[in-house]
Amino acid sequence: MSVQPATKALSARDFKSDVKPVWCPGCGDYSVLSSITKALAELGLSPEEVAVISGIGCSSRIPAYLNSYGFHGVHGRATALATGLKLSRPELTVLVTGGDGDGFSIGGNHFLHACRRNVDMTYIVMDNRVYGMTKGQPSPTTEPDWDNSALAPAGTGLRPFNPLVIALASGANFIARAFSGDPNGTAQLIVEAIKTPGFSFVEILSPCVTFRPDQREWKTDVHPSPVDPTEDIGRAARRLMTDDGFNLGVLYSGHRKPYALNFDASVDSLSDLEQQFAV
Amino acid sequence: MSDSKTINSVGELLAHARVMETEAYECYQDLAEQMEVHNNNEVADLFRKIAAEEKKHIDKVNARAGDDDIPHIAPWEFKAFETESHGLTGAREVHYMMTPYHALSLALRAEERSYDFFTQVVETSNDEKVLEMARELQEEERHHVNLIKVWLDKEPKPDEDWDEDPDPPVLPT
Amino acid sequence: MTEQPGTYKSVSIALTGAGGAGVITAGNMLLEAAAKSGLYGLFMRSSGPQIRGGEAAAMIRLSSKPVGGPGESFDIMIALDWHNIDRFAIELPLTPNSLVLADPAQGEVPAVIANSGAQIIQLPMKDMAKKIKKGRPNMLALGVVATLIGLPDDIVDAVLERVLAKRGGDALEASRAAVAAGMEIAATYDFDRTLKGDADGGDRWMLSGNEAAGLGAIRGGIRFVAAYPITPATEILEWIAPNLDKIGGALVQAEDELASINMIIGGSYGGTPSLTATSGPGLALMAESLGLAVASEVPVVVVDVMRGGPSTGIPTKSEQSDLNIALFGLHGDAPHLVVAPTSVSDCLFATQWSVHLAEAMQTPAIVLSDQLLGQSKAIIDKPADLAFVSQRSVVEAGVVDYKRYAITQNGVSPMAIPGTAGGQYTADGLEHSENGNPSSQVNDHISQLDKRARKIESFDYGDHWADIEGDGELAVITWGSTAAVVSEAISDLNDKGVNIRMIAPRLLAPALPDKMTEALKGVKRALAIELSHSEQFYRYLKGYFDLPCPVQSYHRPGPLPFRAAELVNEIEKWSAQ
Repeated sequence: MSVQPATKALSARDFKSDVKPVWCPGCGDYSVLSSITKALAELGLSPEEVAVISGIGCSSRIPAYLNSYGFHGVHGRATALATGLKLSRPELTVLVTGGDGDGFSIGGNHFLHACRRNVDMTYIVMDNRVYGMTKGQPSPTTEPDWDNSALAPAGTGLRPFNPLVIALASGANFIARAFSGDPNGTAQLIVEAIKTPGFSFVEILSPCVTFRPDQREWKTDVHPSPVDPTEDIGRAARRLMTDDGFNLGVLYSGHRKPYALNFDASVDSLSDLEQQFAV
Repeated sequence: MSDSKTINSVGELLAHARVMETEAYECYQDLAEQMEVHNNNEVADLFRKIAAEEKKHIDKVNARAGDDDIPHIAPWEFKAFETESHGLTGAREVHYMMTPYHALSLALRAEERSYDFFTQVVETSNDEKVLEMARELQEEERHHVNLIKVWLDKEPKPDEDWDEDPDPPVLPT
Repeated sequence: MTEQPGTYKSVSIALTGAGGAGVITAGNMLLEAAAKSGLYGLFMRSSGPQIRGGEAAAMIRLSSKPVGGPGESFDIMIALDWHNIDRFAIELPLTPNSLVLADPAQGEVPAVIANSGAQIIQLPMKDMAKKIKKGRPNMLALGVVATLIGLPDDIVDAVLERVLAKRGGDALEASRAAVAAGMEIAATYDFDRTLKGDADGGDRWMLSGNEAAGLGAIRGGIRFVAAYPITPATEILEWIAPNLDKIGGALVQAEDELASINMIIGGSYGGTPSLTATSGPGLALMAESLGLAVASEVPVVVVDVMRGGPSTGIPTKSEQSDLNIALFGLHGDAPHLVVAPTSVSDCLFATQWSVHLAEAMQTPAIVLSDQLLGQSKAIIDKPADLAFVSQRSVVEAGVVDYKRYAITQNGVSPMAIPGTAGGQYTADGLEHSENGNPSSQVNDHISQLDKRARKIESFDYGDHWADIEGDGELAVITWGSTAAVVSEAISDLNDKGVNIRMIAPRLLAPALPDKMTEALKGVKRALAIELSHSEQFYRYLKGYFDLPCPVQSYHRPGPLPFRAAELVNEIEKWSAQ
């Protein structure tokens, strides 16, 4: 574990870069940015020990707004890039940030395998159920009857993707849901996610004020989960069967051993390897 | 009010006060920055002005602590008296075309909530020193609320179509 | 054949049979025994599409001189059976000088073989083997070949012992008996292709191009590999996984090629030299993220072992048809490196050099190997121990006012490795300013494009950019696995008094027109030779080089590899024009 006990050496502010966000005022992602900085400060980490990896989309802009190491890569592949980084540099604290389109549509396969592989990192998805950066198309989590997009004027009619169900089924070791309107509760969940070894998935409901103004109502829809976190996959699965999508808190926290690679050498030199080719 | 929400020492009270004021201060700064990025300089300036007031509160809290260390509390350890988080939760209700009237209304709600927090402490604490300090802070917050009210009264109410933008959204990649 | 025993330029042997016949095992043992006898050789294999039980051919060419490509025809063919022989008979050219051993129990010799006019000897291999307890026909065939080409008995026996020791005494004794039976019968044949090896001719290695590429990667400093299995690149992964483990590196199997390329970008961003290996379909999937590596200036190495395309194409056969995608497959103006090994042995050097170049210039390098190089096993001189060490320019902790993408004279900007205090930055595929912040400003775009191009254009590649042989006024320009066959063809033509120069660029991107012009000095006409239906290399030559002489093209697609005789013929026709 790369997480140190909280010493409050740095403030949340120290984790922000001087790049100003381009998000719409009112966007939930501002709060998530704040929650991430609070979490990193509370964990007592130094900015250089942290790497935040993202793909493409409004929320994927986060690395540039942080004073840690960051990588703003291509659309949908952030968990893969982060996997390579964490496997080869296990001492770093690695976060992946992005949106619902990036993570569940174009990056869907990598999401499944990141859960399954269970590398020690935290994946934060800011879910606003819409493609914001391309101006308002339905995403995999969009409600079937949302009809404000030119691409689906009558709604998609498609059953939305349930990220928590898929994370659980695919093997994520820690699964939680947060709401950007509660930045401190969100910060606490992010801290727990980072502290828990293995792949941690945090879905953050983060309203898009521009294309989904209806999501301003989320603040009245969300509610703390009425039950404590479970380490029992079956129980977590049963809870998800009656989940209304607005239960906040830790759903599942397991004990799967994280996937890691061994970089210890067993031979002294290359000639030990080359010997096998000698005639 | 459950016991777990009671403030039990001056140190704890100052810790809460500092978290609250610092969050408000940083949030006003962030909002000023957001408005600047979205070319709403009038409201950006106003948020900076409010932030400057908030900064004075932080300084006062620190001064009150004197040489004593104020204990650290994690943001989520804040003993809030309501279900909503402390800090400027109204920040998610901002708009790039918002007027000073909106900004001040938002600030007023936030300051009133701070005032309510200290009021709750005054009403629930049994510790004399805590009570004394809480009353002082409550009084300061009242001044702040009044100041915002004075500023707000000078602002005209916005027109109904204040947020009308004839152009469609264009977002950077 | 006019040659006398012991003076053959080379001898080619084919062992064929359906799955379970063990022709590949026998072929490997034959190659090893030849290597121990001081011979050079090349072992190519051809298999049916079946995972198990399919027809297979072990095709081995041995010589007292280094072997770069297949022989003109087969001197010896031993058919343990005739399953699906029609499917790959075209890969087994025979002449009236060839000897074919057929087992009468497997039916009549098929017309496609008999029509070659080859001498055919019926040998009941199956029945003979049955008489030996646990005896197998493939070992009998090994004994036959060993005697026909004059391999010393003790060396063959040493190979048997090494390979079969772990299988227990029974297996070893049975094989010894079968080999001896083969040797005994072969001694009665009036057919001799004895080769003289030089057992004291210096240290030799025996390895495949895919293994050589894996070793080159490790020699170059690669310590992290992420990859998705694909034919014919998988052997690189199979070799490198356990060997990386030994040397202090590691491999992860990715969910797909999109993940592999991003995983190695992540690994390299973290400071660990990283590589993946794939083939055409995988390279196509990686194209977008290779652009990311260019833009974010993260060094990575991608080995593309080319196969017949497009689409799934012919996974088990060679073709030089990924040149275009390797050179031009990235969107935007994306300068990167493309390096092509010219032989099995060169797979080692080219890969090692590519790691060095990628690390030094902080940009992706594509190594264009192919199935012929990758899956052929060769006996080669022990490669020189070239000390290319990856030299990535990095900053130390405590750096102030750090700019990741600072504009520098040679275009290379020191990189901050995560963990370095003060060096925090965000690597970005978005165009950016010097400090890495996203920018769509004209000046930033132009200055960053310029620096990324300058990195690879101003680098000193030295003499490694090409293999150049001879100094004739006629030149053949070729690349990759074709170079070895061209080289042999030119050598044959030299014997006939025709002087031809060969230029085989190893560095394909960036193109170095000045070096090519220099290499073509005094050349009056040139011929481009490549294994591509749409003459991709010829078009690349015409597009990127200011060629001082007329250039013609000889090209054809795979799956059949070039043979020296075919190229001798084509070059002769062209040179006589």
